[in-house]
Amino acid sequence: MNVSIIGAGVAGLCCASELVDRGISVTVIERSASLGESACSWFAGGMLAPYCESESAEPAVVELSTHSIDWWDRHVSSVCRNGSLVVSAARDQRELRRFARLTREHEQLDGAALGELEPALEGRFEQGLYFPTEAHLDPRGALAELVEHVRAQGGNVRFGEEVTATELLESSDTDLVIDCRGYSARVELNSLRGVKGEMLVLKSDDLALSRPVRLLHPRHPIYLVPRGDGVFMLGATMIENNERNRISTRSMLELLSSVYALHPGFGEAEILETGVDVRPAFPDNLPAVQRRGNIYYLNGLYRHGFLLGPAMAMRIADEITGEQMQSGEIARCG
Amino acid sequence: MVRFYGVEIRNALLLGTAQYPSPAILAEAIRESGVEVVTVSLRRESGNSRAGEGFWALIRELGAHVLPNTASCYTVKEAVTTAQMAREVFGTAWIKLEVIGNPDTLQPDVFGLVEAARILSKEGFDVFPYTTEDLVVADRLIQVGCEVLMPWGAPIGTGRGINNPYGLRTLRAHFPDVPIVVDAGIGLPSHAAHAMELGCDAVLLNTAVAKAGDPVRMARAFADAVAAGRAAWLSDPIDAGDMAQPSTPVPGKAFLS
Repeated sequence: MNVSIIGAGVAGLCCASELVDRGISVTVIERSASLGESACSWFAGGMLAPYCESESAEPAVVELSTHSIDWWDRHVSSVCRNGSLVVSAARDQRELRRFARLTREHEQLDGAALGELEPALEGRFEQGLYFPTEAHLDPRGALAELVEHVRAQGGNVRFGEEVTATELLESSDTDLVIDCRGYSARVELNSLRGVKGEMLVLKSDDLALSRPVRLLHPRHPIYLVPRGDGVFMLGATMIENNERNRISTRSMLELLSSVYALHPGFGEAEILETGVDVRPAFPDNLPAVQRRGNIYYLNGLYRHGFLLGPAMAMRIADEITGEQMQSGEIARCG
Repeated sequence: MVRFYGVEIRNALLLGTAQYPSPAILAEAIRESGVEVVTVSLRRESGNSRAGEGFWALIRELGAHVLPNTASCYTVKEAVTTAQMAREVFGTAWIKLEVIGNPDTLQPDVFGLVEAARILSKEGFDVFPYTTEDLVVADRLIQVGCEVLMPWGAPIGTGRGINNPYGLRTLRAHFPDVPIVVDAGIGLPSHAAHAMELGCDAVLLNTAVAKAGDPVRMARAFADAVAAGRAAWLSDPIDAGDMAQPSTPVPGKAFLS
Protein backbone atom coordinates (compact mmCIF):
# COMPACT_ATOMS: atom_id res chain seq x y z
CA MET A 1 0.00 0.00 0.00
CA ASN A 2 1.21 3.51 -0.86
CA VAL A 3 0.17 6.32 1.44
CA SER A 4 0.63 9.99 0.62
CA ILE A 5 0.61 12.55 3.39
CA ILE A 6 -0.02 16.20 2.66
CA GLY A 7 1.68 18.53 5.11
CA ALA A 8 5.04 18.21 6.87
CA GLY A 9 4.07 19.66 10.21
CA VAL A 10 4.10 17.62 13.37
CA ALA A 11 0.87 15.79 12.46
CA GLY A 12 2.07 14.74 9.00
CA LEU A 13 5.54 13.75 10.14
CA CYS A 14 4.26 11.73 13.12
CA CYS A 15 1.94 9.84 10.77
CA ALA A 16 4.73 9.28 8.28
CA SER A 17 7.08 7.99 10.97
CA GLU A 18 4.51 5.67 12.47
CA LEU A 19 3.60 4.27 9.06
CA VAL A 20 7.16 3.65 7.91
CA ASP A 21 7.76 1.96 11.27
CA ARG A 22 5.01 -0.45 10.31
CA GLY A 23 6.50 -1.10 6.89
CA ILE A 24 4.10 1.00 4.85
CA SER A 25 5.34 2.98 1.87
CA VAL A 26 4.95 6.69 2.56
CA THR A 27 5.40 9.94 0.67
CA VAL A 28 5.09 13.27 2.47
CA ILE A 29 4.35 16.28 0.28
CA GLU A 30 4.78 19.78 1.69
CA ARG A 31 3.99 22.92 -0.23
CA SER A 32 6.63 25.05 1.52
CA ALA A 33 10.14 25.01 0.17
CA SER A 34 11.67 24.17 3.52
CA LEU A 35 10.78 22.47 6.77
CA GLY A 36 8.69 24.53 9.15
CA GLU A 37 8.09 27.48 6.85
CA SER A 38 4.32 27.26 7.14
CA ALA A 39 3.87 24.72 9.95
CA CYS A 40 2.55 26.05 13.24
CA SER A 41 4.50 23.29 14.99
CA TRP A 42 7.63 25.23 14.08
CA PHE A 43 6.60 27.69 16.80
CA ALA A 44 5.59 25.09 19.39
CA GLY A 45 6.88 24.98 22.92
CA GLY A 46 7.63 21.28 22.70
CA MET A 47 6.36 20.55 26.18
CA LEU A 48 5.27 16.96 26.73
CA ALA A 49 3.22 17.98 29.74
CA PRO A 50 -0.13 16.20 29.83
CA TYR A 51 -0.80 16.90 33.50
CA CYS A 52 -0.10 20.61 33.26
CA GLU A 53 -2.28 20.77 30.17
CA SER A 54 -5.15 19.10 32.01
CA GLU A 55 -5.65 22.40 33.84
CA SER A 56 -7.70 23.50 30.83
CA ALA A 57 -7.86 20.45 28.56
CA GLU A 58 -10.32 17.56 28.49
CA PRO A 59 -9.30 14.31 30.27
CA ALA A 60 -8.87 12.79 26.79
CA VAL A 61 -5.68 14.82 26.38
CA VAL A 62 -4.09 13.01 29.32
CA GLU A 63 -5.33 9.63 28.11
CA LEU A 64 -4.00 10.16 24.59
CA SER A 65 -0.63 11.26 25.95
CA THR A 66 0.16 7.98 27.69
CA HIS A 67 2.81 6.80 25.21
CA SER A 68 3.79 10.18 23.86
CA ILE A 69 7.06 10.70 25.71
CA ASP A 70 8.29 7.18 24.91
CA TRP A 71 7.30 7.58 21.26
CA TRP A 72 9.32 10.75 20.95
CA ASP A 73 12.25 9.22 22.80
CA ARG A 74 12.32 6.41 20.25
CA HIS A 75 12.33 8.82 17.32
CA VAL A 76 14.30 11.92 18.28
CA SER A 77 17.32 12.81 20.37
CA SER A 78 16.20 15.93 22.24
CA VAL A 79 13.68 14.46 24.69
CA CYS A 80 14.52 15.65 28.17
CA ARG A 81 12.72 13.97 31.06
CA ASN A 82 13.24 16.59 33.72
CA GLY A 83 9.63 17.26 34.59
CA SER A 84 8.09 20.69 34.61
CA LEU A 85 7.64 23.45 37.11
CA VAL A 86 4.72 25.80 37.80
CA VAL A 87 5.04 28.97 39.87
CA SER A 88 3.13 32.16 40.50
CA ALA A 89 3.89 35.50 42.07
CA ALA A 90 2.95 35.85 45.75
CA ARG A 91 -0.11 37.94 44.93
CA ASP A 92 -1.37 35.34 42.45
CA GLN A 93 -1.33 32.39 44.85
CA ARG A 94 -4.95 31.65 44.06
CA GLU A 95 -3.87 30.81 40.50
CA LEU A 96 -1.41 28.25 41.86
CA ARG A 97 -3.99 26.74 44.21
CA ARG A 98 -6.47 26.44 41.35
CA PHE A 99 -3.84 24.84 39.12
CA ALA A 100 -3.03 22.31 41.84
CA ARG A 101 -6.69 21.44 42.29
CA LEU A 102 -7.27 20.87 38.59
CA THR A 103 -4.19 18.75 37.92
CA ARG A 104 -2.52 15.68 39.36
CA GLU A 105 0.87 13.93 39.46
CA HIS A 106 2.52 16.94 41.02
CA GLU A 107 4.48 17.68 44.17
CA GLN A 108 4.18 20.85 46.21
CA LEU A 109 7.50 22.61 46.56
CA ASP A 110 8.52 25.29 49.01
CA GLY A 111 10.98 28.02 48.10
CA ALA A 112 14.04 26.02 49.19
CA ALA A 113 13.09 22.90 47.24
CA LEU A 114 12.32 25.04 44.24
CA GLY A 115 15.73 26.67 44.44
CA GLU A 116 17.39 23.26 44.59
CA LEU A 117 15.55 22.17 41.48
CA GLU A 118 16.17 25.37 39.53
CA PRO A 119 19.00 27.36 41.10
CA ALA A 120 18.29 30.29 38.79
CA LEU A 121 14.94 30.76 40.51
CA GLU A 122 16.30 30.55 44.05
CA GLY A 123 14.62 33.07 46.31
CA ARG A 124 12.15 34.18 43.64
CA PHE A 125 9.10 32.13 44.68
CA GLU A 126 7.82 30.75 47.95
CA GLN A 127 5.77 27.96 46.42
CA GLY A 128 5.63 25.90 43.28
CA LEU A 129 4.33 22.71 41.71
CA TYR A 130 6.67 20.11 40.29
CA PHE A 131 5.41 17.59 37.72
CA PRO A 132 8.26 15.05 37.75
CA THR A 133 7.00 12.72 35.01
CA GLU A 134 6.70 15.34 32.29
CA ALA A 135 9.25 16.06 29.58
CA HIS A 136 10.13 18.45 26.80
CA LEU A 137 11.88 18.40 23.46
CA ASP A 138 13.18 20.76 20.80
CA PRO A 139 10.36 20.97 18.23
CA ARG A 140 12.43 22.13 15.27
CA GLY A 141 15.12 19.56 15.82
CA ALA A 142 12.46 16.92 16.36
CA LEU A 143 10.69 17.69 13.07
CA ALA A 144 14.01 17.52 11.21
CA GLU A 145 14.82 14.19 12.84
CA LEU A 146 11.44 12.79 11.83
CA VAL A 147 12.13 13.77 8.22
CA GLU A 148 15.45 11.92 8.44
CA HIS A 149 13.78 8.93 10.05
CA VAL A 150 11.14 8.68 7.34
CA ARG A 151 13.78 8.91 4.63
CA ALA A 152 16.02 6.39 6.35
CA GLN A 153 13.15 3.92 6.42
CA GLY A 154 12.64 4.30 2.67
CA GLY A 155 9.92 6.96 2.72
CA ASN A 156 9.92 10.16 0.69
CA VAL A 157 9.57 13.68 2.01
CA ARG A 158 9.24 16.31 -0.73
CA PHE A 159 9.14 20.05 -0.27
CA GLY A 160 7.93 22.81 -2.54
CA GLU A 161 5.06 20.87 -4.16
CA GLU A 162 1.44 21.84 -3.87
CA VAL A 163 -1.07 19.07 -4.57
CA THR A 164 -4.60 18.22 -3.54
CA ALA A 165 -5.67 14.84 -2.21
CA THR A 166 -7.89 14.29 -5.23
CA GLU A 167 -5.05 14.99 -7.65
CA LEU A 168 -2.86 12.51 -5.82
CA LEU A 169 -5.47 9.78 -5.90
CA GLU A 170 -6.22 10.34 -9.59
CA SER A 171 -2.77 10.72 -11.01
CA SER A 172 -0.35 8.65 -9.00
CA ASP A 173 -0.08 5.22 -7.50
CA THR A 174 -1.35 6.57 -4.19
CA ASP A 175 -3.86 4.29 -2.47
CA LEU A 176 -4.65 6.52 0.48
CA VAL A 177 -4.10 10.15 1.36
CA ILE A 178 -3.73 11.55 4.86
CA ASP A 179 -4.47 15.26 4.85
CA CYS A 180 -2.44 16.91 7.63
CA ARG A 181 -2.54 20.48 6.40
CA GLY A 182 -3.63 21.99 9.70
CA TYR A 183 -5.42 25.30 9.39
CA SER A 184 -5.06 25.25 5.59
CA ALA A 185 -7.69 22.48 5.49
CA ARG A 186 -10.41 24.77 6.85
CA VAL A 187 -12.22 24.81 3.51
CA GLU A 188 -12.73 21.05 3.73
CA LEU A 189 -13.24 20.98 7.51
CA ASN A 190 -15.66 23.78 8.17
CA SER A 191 -15.74 23.57 11.96
CA LEU A 192 -12.00 24.18 12.08
CA ARG A 193 -10.92 27.55 13.46
CA GLY A 194 -7.58 29.18 14.12
CA VAL A 195 -6.34 30.17 17.57
CA LYS A 196 -3.52 32.64 17.26
CA GLY A 197 -0.34 32.11 19.23
CA GLU A 198 2.61 34.43 19.53
CA MET A 199 6.04 33.55 20.89
CA LEU A 200 9.59 34.80 21.25
CA VAL A 201 12.97 33.15 21.31
CA LEU A 202 15.34 34.63 23.87
CA LYS A 203 19.00 34.12 24.60
CA SER A 204 20.41 34.69 28.04
CA ASP A 205 23.98 33.98 29.04
CA ASP A 206 23.18 34.57 32.70
CA LEU A 207 20.28 32.24 33.38
CA ALA A 208 19.87 28.52 32.95
CA LEU A 209 16.83 26.31 33.43
CA SER A 210 16.64 22.53 33.29
CA ARG A 211 12.95 22.21 32.55
CA PRO A 212 9.96 24.22 31.29
CA VAL A 213 8.67 26.73 33.80
CA ARG A 214 5.13 28.08 33.73
CA LEU A 215 4.40 31.36 35.43
CA LEU A 216 0.71 31.59 36.24
CA HIS A 217 -1.00 34.95 36.07
CA PRO A 218 -4.68 35.90 35.93
CA ARG A 219 -4.20 37.76 32.66
CA HIS A 220 -0.97 36.74 30.99
CA PRO A 221 0.37 33.35 31.97
CA ILE A 222 3.56 32.35 30.19
CA TYR A 223 5.82 29.38 29.83
CA LEU A 224 9.51 29.34 29.22
CA VAL A 225 11.11 26.27 27.66
CA PRO A 226 14.90 25.87 27.72
CA ARG A 227 16.42 24.89 24.39
CA GLY A 228 19.99 24.65 25.65
CA ASP A 229 22.94 27.00 25.07
CA GLY A 230 21.09 29.81 26.85
CA VAL A 231 18.24 29.78 24.34
CA PHE A 232 14.64 29.87 25.60
CA MET A 233 11.29 29.70 23.91
CA LEU A 234 8.85 32.11 25.53
CA GLY A 235 5.17 31.50 24.85
CA ALA A 236 2.46 31.85 24.15
CA THR A 237 -0.60 33.96 23.62
CA MET A 238 -4.00 32.38 22.94
CA ILE A 239 -6.16 34.69 20.87
CA GLU A 240 -9.37 33.65 19.16
CA ASN A 241 -8.48 34.77 15.66
CA ASN A 242 -6.69 33.52 12.58
CA GLU A 243 -3.98 36.11 12.08
CA ARG A 244 -0.73 34.45 11.06
CA ASN A 245 1.33 37.42 10.09
CA ARG A 246 2.15 39.67 13.02
CA ILE A 247 2.91 39.74 16.69
CA SER A 248 1.20 42.69 18.34
CA THR A 249 2.86 45.21 20.60
CA ARG A 250 0.50 44.29 23.39
CA SER A 251 1.30 40.60 23.15
CA MET A 252 5.02 41.19 23.12
CA LEU A 253 4.70 43.59 26.03
CA GLU A 254 2.73 41.04 28.04
CA LEU A 255 5.04 38.12 27.25
CA LEU A 256 8.14 40.13 28.05
CA SER A 257 6.81 41.70 31.24
CA SER A 258 5.81 38.26 32.48
CA VAL A 259 9.22 36.76 31.78
CA TYR A 260 10.77 39.76 33.49
CA ALA A 261 8.56 38.98 36.49
CA LEU A 262 9.76 35.36 36.38
CA HIS A 263 13.32 36.65 36.67
CA PRO A 264 14.53 40.20 36.13
CA GLY A 265 17.72 38.72 34.69
CA PHE A 266 15.76 38.13 31.49
CA GLY A 267 15.73 41.90 31.13
CA GLU A 268 19.21 41.54 29.68
CA ALA A 269 18.35 38.64 27.38
CA GLU A 270 18.62 39.02 23.64
CA ILE A 271 15.50 38.65 21.52
CA LEU A 272 16.54 36.23 18.81
CA GLU A 273 13.20 35.82 17.14
CA THR A 274 9.50 36.54 17.29
CA GLY A 275 7.02 34.05 15.90
CA VAL A 276 3.33 33.84 15.21
CA ASP A 277 0.96 31.30 13.73
CA VAL A 278 -2.48 29.83 14.35
CA ARG A 279 -3.27 26.53 15.98
CA PRO A 280 -5.92 24.54 14.12
CA ALA A 281 -8.75 23.64 16.50
CA PHE A 282 -12.17 22.06 16.45
CA PRO A 283 -14.87 23.41 18.81
CA ASP A 284 -13.93 20.91 21.56
CA ASN A 285 -10.22 21.74 21.14
CA LEU A 286 -9.53 18.02 20.63
CA PRO A 287 -8.02 16.39 17.56
CA ALA A 288 -10.13 14.28 15.24
CA VAL A 289 -9.65 11.92 12.30
CA GLN A 290 -12.25 11.99 9.59
CA ARG A 291 -12.44 9.59 6.68
CA ARG A 292 -13.92 10.58 3.32
CA GLY A 293 -13.42 7.84 0.75
CA ASN A 294 -9.69 7.27 0.46
CA ILE A 295 -8.79 10.46 2.25
CA TYR A 296 -8.18 10.69 5.99
CA TYR A 297 -8.22 14.14 7.52
CA LEU A 298 -6.19 14.45 10.70
CA ASN A 299 -6.58 17.86 12.21
CA GLY A 300 -7.44 19.98 15.25
CA LEU A 301 -4.31 19.25 17.28
CA TYR A 302 -4.69 22.76 18.70
CA ARG A 303 -1.88 23.48 21.17
CA HIS A 304 -1.10 19.78 21.58
CA GLY A 305 0.66 18.87 18.35
CA PHE A 306 3.73 17.29 19.95
CA LEU A 307 1.82 15.90 22.90
CA LEU A 308 -0.92 14.21 20.87
CA GLY A 309 0.74 13.76 17.48
CA PRO A 310 2.03 10.25 18.31
CA ALA A 311 -1.34 8.98 19.60
CA MET A 312 -3.17 10.32 16.56
CA ALA A 313 -0.54 8.85 14.23
CA MET A 314 -0.89 5.45 15.92
CA ARG A 315 -4.63 5.71 15.61
CA ILE A 316 -4.44 6.42 11.89
CA ALA A 317 -1.90 3.66 11.39
CA ASP A 318 -4.25 1.25 13.18
CA GLU A 319 -7.07 2.37 10.92
CA ILE A 320 -5.06 2.00 7.76
CA THR A 321 -3.70 -1.40 8.63
CA GLY A 322 -7.04 -2.58 10.02
CA GLU A 323 -9.45 -0.56 7.83
CA GLN A 324 -11.91 -0.15 10.70
CA MET A 325 -13.23 3.24 9.82
CA GLN A 326 -16.08 3.77 7.36
CA SER A 327 -16.10 6.60 4.86
CA GLY A 328 -17.85 9.63 6.33
CA GLU A 329 -17.01 8.58 9.86
CA ILE A 330 -15.39 10.97 12.28
CA ALA A 331 -13.30 9.62 15.12
CA ARG A 332 -13.39 12.13 17.94
CA CYS A 333 -11.34 11.85 21.03
CA GLY A 334 -13.67 13.23 23.67
CA MET B 1 -38.08 39.11 33.36
CA VAL B 2 -36.05 42.12 32.29
CA ARG B 3 -36.32 44.30 29.22
CA PHE B 4 -33.19 45.64 27.49
CA TYR B 5 -34.01 48.22 24.81
CA GLY B 6 -37.34 46.58 24.08
CA VAL B 7 -36.04 43.00 24.13
CA GLU B 8 -37.53 40.78 26.81
CA ILE B 9 -35.09 38.50 28.58
CA ARG B 10 -36.31 35.89 31.02
CA ASN B 11 -33.02 34.54 32.32
CA ALA B 12 -31.33 37.12 34.54
CA LEU B 13 -27.92 35.49 34.07
CA LEU B 14 -25.74 36.92 31.30
CA LEU B 15 -22.44 35.21 30.47
CA GLY B 16 -19.17 36.29 28.93
CA THR B 17 -17.59 33.95 26.38
CA ALA B 18 -13.87 34.22 27.13
CA GLN B 19 -11.47 31.83 28.90
CA TYR B 20 -13.50 28.62 28.62
CA PRO B 21 -11.55 25.39 28.12
CA SER B 22 -13.13 25.12 24.67
CA PRO B 23 -15.97 26.59 22.60
CA ALA B 24 -17.77 23.27 23.02
CA ILE B 25 -17.79 23.65 26.81
CA LEU B 26 -18.91 27.25 26.44
CA ALA B 27 -21.82 26.13 24.27
CA GLU B 28 -22.81 23.47 26.78
CA ALA B 29 -22.67 25.95 29.66
CA ILE B 30 -24.95 28.34 27.76
CA ARG B 31 -27.36 25.56 26.88
CA GLU B 32 -27.48 24.02 30.35
CA SER B 33 -28.00 27.33 32.15
CA GLY B 34 -30.57 28.66 29.68
CA VAL B 35 -28.62 31.89 29.25
CA GLU B 36 -30.16 34.18 26.64
CA VAL B 37 -27.52 36.93 26.40
CA VAL B 38 -23.79 36.44 25.87
CA THR B 39 -21.05 39.02 25.62
CA VAL B 40 -18.11 38.78 23.25
CA SER B 41 -15.00 40.91 22.90
CA LEU B 42 -13.68 42.17 19.60
CA ARG B 43 -10.85 44.59 20.22
CA ARG B 44 -7.98 42.14 20.37
CA GLU B 45 -9.63 39.29 18.48
CA SER B 46 -10.30 41.31 15.35
CA GLY B 47 -6.60 41.87 14.71
CA ASN B 48 -5.88 43.90 11.58
CA SER B 49 -8.48 42.31 9.37
CA ARG B 50 -11.40 41.13 11.49
CA ALA B 51 -9.60 37.85 11.84
CA GLY B 52 -11.81 36.56 14.66
CA GLU B 53 -14.50 35.26 12.34
CA GLY B 54 -13.94 31.60 13.21
CA PHE B 55 -14.77 32.17 16.86
CA TRP B 56 -17.51 34.72 16.16
CA ALA B 57 -19.28 32.20 13.95
CA LEU B 58 -19.35 29.81 16.91
CA ILE B 59 -20.79 32.59 19.10
CA ARG B 60 -23.57 33.26 16.58
CA GLU B 61 -24.38 29.55 16.51
CA LEU B 62 -25.13 29.64 20.25
CA GLY B 63 -28.48 31.18 19.34
CA ALA B 64 -28.30 33.70 22.21
CA HIS B 65 -28.57 37.47 21.90
CA VAL B 66 -25.02 38.70 21.33
CA LEU B 67 -23.88 41.70 23.34
CA PRO B 68 -20.52 42.69 21.86
CA ASN B 69 -18.21 44.59 24.18
CA THR B 70 -15.41 47.08 23.88
CA ALA B 71 -13.14 45.34 26.41
CA SER B 72 -9.51 46.51 26.31
CA CYS B 73 -10.42 49.97 25.04
CA TYR B 74 -8.76 52.77 26.97
CA THR B 75 -9.96 55.76 24.96
CA VAL B 76 -13.29 57.08 23.70
CA LYS B 77 -12.09 56.81 20.12
CA GLU B 78 -11.06 53.15 20.47
CA ALA B 79 -14.36 52.28 22.11
CA VAL B 80 -16.42 54.04 19.45
CA THR B 81 -14.49 52.40 16.60
CA THR B 82 -14.80 48.98 18.22
CA ALA B 83 -18.54 49.49 18.71
CA GLN B 84 -18.98 50.40 15.07
CA MET B 85 -17.12 47.28 13.99
CA ALA B 86 -19.17 45.15 16.41
CA ARG B 87 -22.38 46.43 14.87
CA GLU B 88 -21.21 45.28 11.44
CA VAL B 89 -19.86 41.94 12.63
CA PHE B 90 -22.88 40.91 14.68
CA GLY B 91 -25.64 42.97 13.08
CA THR B 92 -26.79 44.36 16.43
CA ALA B 93 -27.12 47.85 17.86
CA TRP B 94 -26.36 46.49 21.34
CA ILE B 95 -22.97 47.38 22.71
CA LYS B 96 -21.53 46.79 26.15
CA LEU B 97 -19.44 49.89 26.49
CA GLU B 98 -16.18 49.59 28.39
CA VAL B 99 -13.73 52.45 28.59
CA ILE B 100 -11.03 51.27 30.95
CA GLY B 101 -9.36 53.87 33.14
CA ASN B 102 -6.80 51.90 35.10
CA PRO B 103 -4.80 48.97 33.74
CA ASP B 104 -4.42 47.30 37.12
CA THR B 105 -7.94 47.47 38.53
CA LEU B 106 -9.56 47.68 35.07
CA GLN B 107 -12.02 50.12 36.55
CA PRO B 108 -14.00 52.25 34.16
CA ASP B 109 -12.91 55.71 33.11
CA VAL B 110 -16.31 57.20 33.86
CA PHE B 111 -15.55 60.50 32.11
CA GLY B 112 -14.63 58.75 28.87
CA LEU B 113 -17.55 56.39 29.38
CA VAL B 114 -20.12 59.19 29.47
CA GLU B 115 -18.58 60.79 26.41
CA ALA B 116 -18.48 57.53 24.43
CA ALA B 117 -22.04 56.73 25.51
CA ARG B 118 -23.17 60.12 24.24
CA ILE B 119 -21.56 59.56 20.83
CA LEU B 120 -22.80 56.01 20.45
CA SER B 121 -26.35 56.76 21.59
CA LYS B 122 -26.54 59.52 18.96
CA GLU B 123 -25.37 57.01 16.37
CA GLY B 124 -28.29 54.76 17.25
CA PHE B 125 -26.50 52.25 19.48
CA ASP B 126 -28.21 50.63 22.45
CA VAL B 127 -25.52 51.25 25.03
CA PHE B 128 -24.94 49.01 28.06
CA PRO B 129 -22.35 51.04 30.00
CA TYR B 130 -19.89 49.25 32.30
CA THR B 131 -19.68 51.74 35.15
CA THR B 132 -19.03 52.05 38.85
CA GLU B 133 -21.89 52.23 41.35
CA ASP B 134 -21.56 56.04 41.40
CA LEU B 135 -25.00 57.63 41.39
CA VAL B 136 -23.99 60.85 39.64
CA VAL B 137 -22.24 58.99 36.84
CA ALA B 138 -25.30 56.78 36.43
CA ASP B 139 -27.45 59.87 36.14
CA ARG B 140 -25.18 61.31 33.43
CA LEU B 141 -25.24 58.03 31.53
CA ILE B 142 -29.02 58.07 31.52
CA GLN B 143 -29.04 61.70 30.42
CA VAL B 144 -26.92 60.88 27.36
CA GLY B 145 -29.24 58.09 26.31
CA CYS B 146 -28.40 54.88 28.20
CA GLU B 147 -31.44 52.81 29.11
CA VAL B 148 -29.47 50.18 31.02
CA LEU B 149 -26.87 50.53 33.80
CA MET B 150 -24.09 48.05 34.37
CA PRO B 151 -22.38 48.83 37.67
CA TRP B 152 -19.51 46.65 38.80
CA GLY B 153 -19.75 44.39 41.83
CA ALA B 154 -15.95 44.41 42.23
CA PRO B 155 -13.01 44.69 39.79
CA ILE B 156 -13.18 42.33 36.79
CA GLY B 157 -12.05 38.79 37.51
CA THR B 158 -11.49 39.27 41.25
CA GLY B 159 -14.46 37.19 42.39
CA ARG B 160 -14.86 39.38 45.45
CA GLY B 161 -18.62 39.75 45.26
CA ILE B 162 -20.56 42.95 45.91
CA ASN B 163 -18.09 45.46 47.33
CA ASN B 164 -20.64 48.19 47.90
CA PRO B 165 -24.19 46.96 48.54
CA TYR B 166 -25.16 50.42 49.73
CA GLY B 167 -24.19 51.89 46.35
CA LEU B 168 -26.26 49.36 44.43
CA ARG B 169 -29.22 49.89 46.74
CA THR B 170 -28.95 53.62 46.12
CA LEU B 171 -28.92 53.10 42.36
CA ARG B 172 -31.98 50.89 42.62
CA ALA B 173 -33.84 53.46 44.71
CA HIS B 174 -33.00 56.35 42.39
CA PHE B 175 -33.65 54.54 39.13
CA PRO B 176 -36.50 52.14 39.83
CA ASP B 177 -37.34 51.75 36.14
CA VAL B 178 -33.85 51.41 34.62
CA PRO B 179 -32.58 47.84 34.27
CA ILE B 180 -29.51 47.37 36.46
CA VAL B 181 -27.08 44.61 35.56
CA VAL B 182 -24.27 43.90 38.00
CA ASP B 183 -21.24 43.30 35.83
CA ALA B 184 -17.89 42.03 37.07
CA GLY B 185 -16.42 40.87 40.35
CA ILE B 186 -18.84 38.03 40.97
CA GLY B 187 -17.13 34.88 42.24
CA LEU B 188 -19.86 32.71 43.73
CA PRO B 189 -23.54 32.03 43.11
CA SER B 190 -24.22 33.58 46.53
CA HIS B 191 -22.71 36.85 45.24
CA ALA B 192 -25.06 36.74 42.28
CA ALA B 193 -28.02 36.02 44.53
CA HIS B 194 -26.93 38.93 46.72
CA ALA B 195 -26.99 41.31 43.76
CA MET B 196 -30.47 40.14 42.84
CA GLU B 197 -31.68 40.39 46.43
CA LEU B 198 -30.62 44.05 46.33
CA GLY B 199 -33.09 44.50 43.51
CA CYS B 200 -30.76 44.37 40.53
CA ASP B 201 -32.35 42.98 37.37
CA ALA B 202 -29.55 40.77 36.10
CA VAL B 203 -25.97 39.66 36.64
CA LEU B 204 -23.22 39.41 34.04
CA LEU B 205 -20.15 37.32 34.73
CA ASN B 206 -17.48 35.35 32.94
CA THR B 207 -14.43 34.24 34.92
CA ALA B 208 -16.37 32.60 37.77
CA VAL B 209 -17.93 30.16 35.30
CA ALA B 210 -15.22 29.87 32.66
CA LYS B 211 -12.45 29.15 35.18
CA ALA B 212 -14.45 26.85 37.43
CA GLY B 213 -13.30 23.24 37.44
CA ASP B 214 -16.69 22.32 35.96
CA PRO B 215 -17.93 25.35 34.01
CA VAL B 216 -21.19 23.71 32.92
CA ARG B 217 -22.28 22.84 36.42
CA MET B 218 -21.21 26.25 37.71
CA ALA B 219 -23.26 27.99 35.00
CA ARG B 220 -26.32 26.07 36.19
CA ALA B 221 -25.56 27.02 39.79
CA PHE B 222 -25.42 30.70 38.82
CA ALA B 223 -28.68 30.46 36.88
CA ASP B 224 -30.34 28.94 39.94
CA ALA B 225 -28.84 31.62 42.19
CA VAL B 226 -30.06 34.59 40.14
CA ALA B 227 -33.51 33.04 39.96
CA ALA B 228 -33.53 32.55 43.75
CA GLY B 229 -32.26 36.09 44.37
CA ARG B 230 -34.88 37.57 42.05
CA ALA B 231 -37.67 35.62 43.74
CA ALA B 232 -36.40 36.81 47.13
CA TRP B 233 -36.44 40.47 46.01
CA LEU B 234 -39.98 40.11 44.70
CA SER B 235 -41.08 38.40 47.92
CA ASP B 236 -40.32 41.40 50.17
CA PRO B 237 -37.71 39.84 52.46
CA ILE B 238 -37.78 40.58 56.17
CA ASP B 239 -35.31 43.03 57.66
CA ALA B 240 -32.53 41.81 59.92
CA GLY B 241 -33.15 42.54 63.59
CA ASP B 242 -31.46 42.19 66.98
CA MET B 243 -34.25 40.59 69.01
CA ALA B 244 -34.82 36.90 68.57
CA GLN B 245 -38.36 36.07 67.48
CA PRO B 246 -39.51 32.51 68.06
CA SER B 247 -41.39 31.29 65.05
CA THR B 248 -43.71 29.37 67.41
CA PRO B 249 -45.19 31.51 70.22
CA VAL B 250 -43.73 30.50 73.59
CA PRO B 251 -46.89 31.16 75.63
CA GLY B 252 -49.28 28.32 75.14
CA LYS B 253 -46.60 25.77 74.50
CA ALA B 254 -46.54 22.78 76.80
CA PHE B 255 -43.25 23.58 78.52
CA LEU B 256 -43.07 20.67 80.92
CA SER B 257 -43.32 17.96 78.31
